[in-house]
Amino acid sequence: MAKRIFTYVFLSIAAIVSIFPFIWMIISATNKSVDVTKGTLLPGSSLGANWSKIMDQVDLGPALLNSAKISISTTILALLIASLAGYGFEIFRSKAKDVVFNILLLSMMIPFAALMVPLYRMFGTITQNIPAIGINTMTAVVLPSVTTAFLIFFFRQSTKMFPKEMLEAGRIDGLNEIGVFFRIYVPTMKTSYAAAAIITFMSSWNNYLWPLVVLQSPEKRTVPLLISNLGSSYSPDYGVNMLVILIATLPTAIVFFLMQKHFVAGMTGSVK
Amino acid sequence: MSKVKTNMNINAKTSAIGWSFIAIAVIMICAFYFYPMIKALNLSFQSGTGTNLSYVGGDNYARLFKDQTFITALKNTFIFLIIQVPIMIVLAMFISVLLNDSKLKFKGFFRTAIFLPAVTSLVAYSVIFKYLFGNDGLINSLLTNLHLIDAPIQWITDPFWAKITIIIAITWRWTGYNMIFYLSALQNIDNSIYEAARIDGASAFRQFSQITIPLLKPIILFTSITSTIGTLQLFDEVMNITKGGPGNSTMTLSQYIYNLSFKYTPDFGYAATVSYAVVILIVIFSILQFKLAGDKNG
Repeated sequence: MAKRIFTYVFLSIAAIVSIFPFIWMIISATNKSVDVTKGTLLPGSSLGANWSKIMDQVDLGPALLNSAKISISTTILALLIASLAGYGFEIFRSKAKDVVFNILLLSMMIPFAALMVPLYRMFGTITQNIPAIGINTMTAVVLPSVTTAFLIFFFRQSTKMFPKEMLEAGRIDGLNEIGVFFRIYVPTMKTSYAAAAIITFMSSWNNYLWPLVVLQSPEKRTVPLLISNLGSSYSPDYGVNMLVILIATLPTAIVFFLMQKHFVAGMTGSVK
Repeated sequence: MSKVKTNMNINAKTSAIGWSFIAIAVIMICAFYFYPMIKALNLSFQSGTGTNLSYVGGDNYARLFKDQTFITALKNTFIFLIIQVPIMIVLAMFISVLLNDSKLKFKGFFRTAIFLPAVTSLVAYSVIFKYLFGNDGLINSLLTNLHLIDAPIQWITDPFWAKITIIIAITWRWTGYNMIFYLSALQNIDNSIYEAARIDGASAFRQFSQITIPLLKPIILFTSITSTIGTLQLFDEVMNITKGGPGNSTMTLSQYIYNLSFKYTPDFGYAATVSYAVVILIVIFSILQFKLAGDKNG
């Protein structure tokens, strides 16, 4: 019995500690900055005032739009490239391809901090020739993060469960290899695509270091850059900033609550 | 004869089709991972400001050992590693064992609540923690009101407490994430093993240490490797909570690389050298952790 009570007490404390910052964020978003610093834990009446301040002073709309554009295009491209590759590695398996696959996996060991400097210089060179895809463009943010060995690995693992007879049936029906992939493989693998899409969208939406390096003008800012910028202010308006963070967190929170199962599947897919 | 030839043609054709499926991915990984790493290796032997770089041989690597900021960043990273990663792994494992009880009520609520921090953006939670732990922040007001402290703790501006704040923040963000891996592993353990142990009179502690831990070993290894690599790359939290300060007391290797390239007068060559130090550390740690796990097996 004592063990029972301990379990509930411990888990309740863990749950409260985990949720508390979110609740505090929501409460603070409805309060004036002074009240937040006074340590209020009650909802206030300044939600409307904070909202109109955001409309006047913070470029939240453009940042949300930039983030949406970047995250959506990253997700679509990443899913396409990684699933094609995962499918190719598993269905057309050969010794040579397995070697290539293992070499690709090595890229997971490379920390982004190590890539940041050479990538910045590469895009610097590109800027001189084709400014449209160089520094300070959306393309420069998207390109380096669009292909990850993790996602290729994820799709290869998922393809292992795929009933291969279905592909053969498609070929007999006269589909070419591209047709087999898009007409038969993609529709059957919906759950894997959903899991991969959530993971990719989230990490792209939350990506900070590379956009910080490559996006230089304020109007190009993504949501994390905007929040970071607000956070580093010396005299922050706590209520306003908390409302910005709240709004910026909503898209990922909604995706999480709607698709919790896929989310966990996408995360643990690598160790199964 | 002609049949063999057609077979070969078909094989060559399917092989070509197979390669074309993986071609884009291979090109992209080479272009955005391997090629930059080769460029960085070349850069790491050069020094100078901005684009005025000249070859200096191994000077940058020698400089690492004399560079006080680098040594501090390395020390900080190890402090975070040695203190934070074990606390988090043990906590994640402990919570998942509690959650894996089939008679537990509100299981879904507890699991979702504890996992929730893992969904938040690193920047967003960092800013919230910066506010929570500010001098006039909520944590200080609560502690003062409860008469636990007389004066506000300098959570962000004191070299010691700043490290604690970063450790608390990372633990908050990643414990639930790691817990999910333990939970899914625990669910795969056959319950009859525990029943047999109970019949043999094994205590709860013995069941945990003799059954649960050995069966969870692959996950312990996986989570400690990913957490170690994550800690070696720590950037978003430090950049948004303390900016590496006060002084360099929370400076991490990634923050230092960023500062060398984009904050101070840029020295891309030396920054590349520091990046290679991080890569080498990651490789060493991964090998070490695999070795340790392998030895215990044998």
